[in-house]
Amino acid sequence: MLQRPAVRDAGTRSTVSPRGAQRAPRPSPYGRRPSRFADVTFRGAAFTFALSVFVITATIGVELWTQSAQARAAFGWSFLWTSVWDPVELHFGALPFIYGTLVTSLIALAIAVPFGIGAAVCLAELLPPSIADPATFLIELLVAVPSVVYGLVGVFVLVPIVRTLGGPVSDVLGWIPLLAGPVYGIGLLTAGILLSVMIVPFIVAISREVLLAVPQSQRDASLALGATRWETVWHVVLPYARSGIVGSIILALARALGETMAVTMVIGNRPQIVASLFAPAYSMAAVIANEFAEATSKLYVSALIEVALVLFGITIVVNALARLMIAGMRTGRSAMA
Amino acid sequence: MTRGSYRRRLLVERLMFGATIVAAAGTLSVLFFLLGYIAYQGGSSLSLSFFTHLPTPVGEAGGGMANAIVGSAKLLVAAALVGTPIGFLGGVYLAEYGRGPVTSSVRFAADVLNGVPSIVLGVTVYGLIVLPAGHFSTLAGGVALGLIMIPVTLRATEEFLRLVPDSLREASLALGAPQWVTIVRVVIPAGLRGIVAGILLSLARVAGETAPLLFTAFSNRYWSEGWLQPTASLPVMIFTYAIAPYDDWHRQAWAAALTLLALVLGANVLARLVLRRGIALGRAS
Repeated sequence: MLQRPAVRDAGTRSTVSPRGAQRAPRPSPYGRRPSRFADVTFRGAAFTFALSVFVITATIGVELWTQSAQARAAFGWSFLWTSVWDPVELHFGALPFIYGTLVTSLIALAIAVPFGIGAAVCLAELLPPSIADPATFLIELLVAVPSVVYGLVGVFVLVPIVRTLGGPVSDVLGWIPLLAGPVYGIGLLTAGILLSVMIVPFIVAISREVLLAVPQSQRDASLALGATRWETVWHVVLPYARSGIVGSIILALARALGETMAVTMVIGNRPQIVASLFAPAYSMAAVIANEFAEATSKLYVSALIEVALVLFGITIVVNALARLMIAGMRTGRSAMA
Repeated sequence: MTRGSYRRRLLVERLMFGATIVAAAGTLSVLFFLLGYIAYQGGSSLSLSFFTHLPTPVGEAGGGMANAIVGSAKLLVAAALVGTPIGFLGGVYLAEYGRGPVTSSVRFAADVLNGVPSIVLGVTVYGLIVLPAGHFSTLAGGVALGLIMIPVTLRATEEFLRLVPDSLREASLALGAPQWVTIVRVVIPAGLRGIVAGILLSLARVAGETAPLLFTAFSNRYWSEGWLQPTASLPVMIFTYAIAPYDDWHRQAWAAALTLLALVLGANVLARLVLRRGIALGRAS
């Protein structure tokens, strides 16, 4: 409500600026000599708030580092490759969680990448804007669906489906370690599928933008040489957009790695490393969500915070990678232009 | 390059484009399935008492999530109070004064903050606020959500202020307005539509966040008074009710999911309308 007059104000101001100029000669309401003081104060305030973003981010890192000191002292680097998680004996290793996070994210990428890029190609190259634009709008809405809602649908729809379909598959192909039973419905595969549904819209939205940014002349040149439209897409458009698409995949990966609620609800929450994709497992974010509030001893809490620290580190690296990719594409394009 | 007869190449083209259509249709059908299924399950469980009553104990019929709805609203207010000023003024700084080493480190920090999993923010706020205070609180939950809002608001503000043409700034400065007046009365109003949409989108995003609330706002079976008590919220209620073994609770979870989804998607659609069509604007579009 409060915003309304301001918004209307904005419109008239931005569009009718030439007329605003004519109004200027009347005496300035800001005094004859505008004081430097107000300028400096405003700039200082904005600077303080900008700087606080940096301070907050640094604080998060420092906080995780100091709070996990006890666990780091107790287990050292072996925390990362020990697979014992025993709150009773106070022995902690994060390997099962790292494994669960990585495997579910890889399953998610394996499903989401072909689907996402395929859909992006369809929406950017094949369909006319009158259909593609509303469709993209709808797919972008999927990004906004809260993860706990995905989790809810996962628990009551996806888990029964995996249980029903996975049983026969495991009966026939159970001799392959990856598909060994028993099939509970919850587990690595279910979490991976659910994650893939969550990250596809990311890949579609960003990849489509990137594809639309490929200059038309590239397509025209390829078509003029006699290539079919698909050959143009495959040999010209996609390679041109490659680094941007890879960037979108890495951003989606970052989201999958940090995803908490949906995974917690369907992964089965058992700290073990088993080859079978049907087996219950655990992820880094899920173990924090489930056990942090109940952690009784200081070392236990500290170990969970170290898990958070590892997750923090991984996502920073992955995000930095994605930014580099996308930035690389931008400079690459401006160099070409 | 691809070999083969022209007919064969056309066949490949048709097959591959067919596959992309399948991919796009598949993605869209997931959306329609999600919306339809939640509307069906939630709609059949939704009633007036859901909005007006407190949760009932297990086994007792009826009851609602009035406290969680109010709790979510309070959390959003607190989050907006924390996240909006920092994100907005930070964005103003980056767009209007942003040169030099501070700018790039702030931008990098915002990117990092944007990528930090929300559960990690929850852990951090637990260590910084809940632990020293000794109890869970609405305030702590609001701060955790506010941290998520900061980078989104900052980016939206910076991007939309950069879209404002420099000629507007120059005109204002040439008329003798100091720089801060130029920014406050010319640049910000011109970019306001995008900024408002950005803030709306960031609110919609944090409205559905569950993970950071688990150890900050926690949950509450009753009304939460003031800002210093633990409070229930819609996302956390969905989580606890979904993984509980009671059918009654599952129905409540669906009703809550429908409510939450309607709010979040509504805010998204509104934000896009503000952005594209220009609600409340006469001649801009």
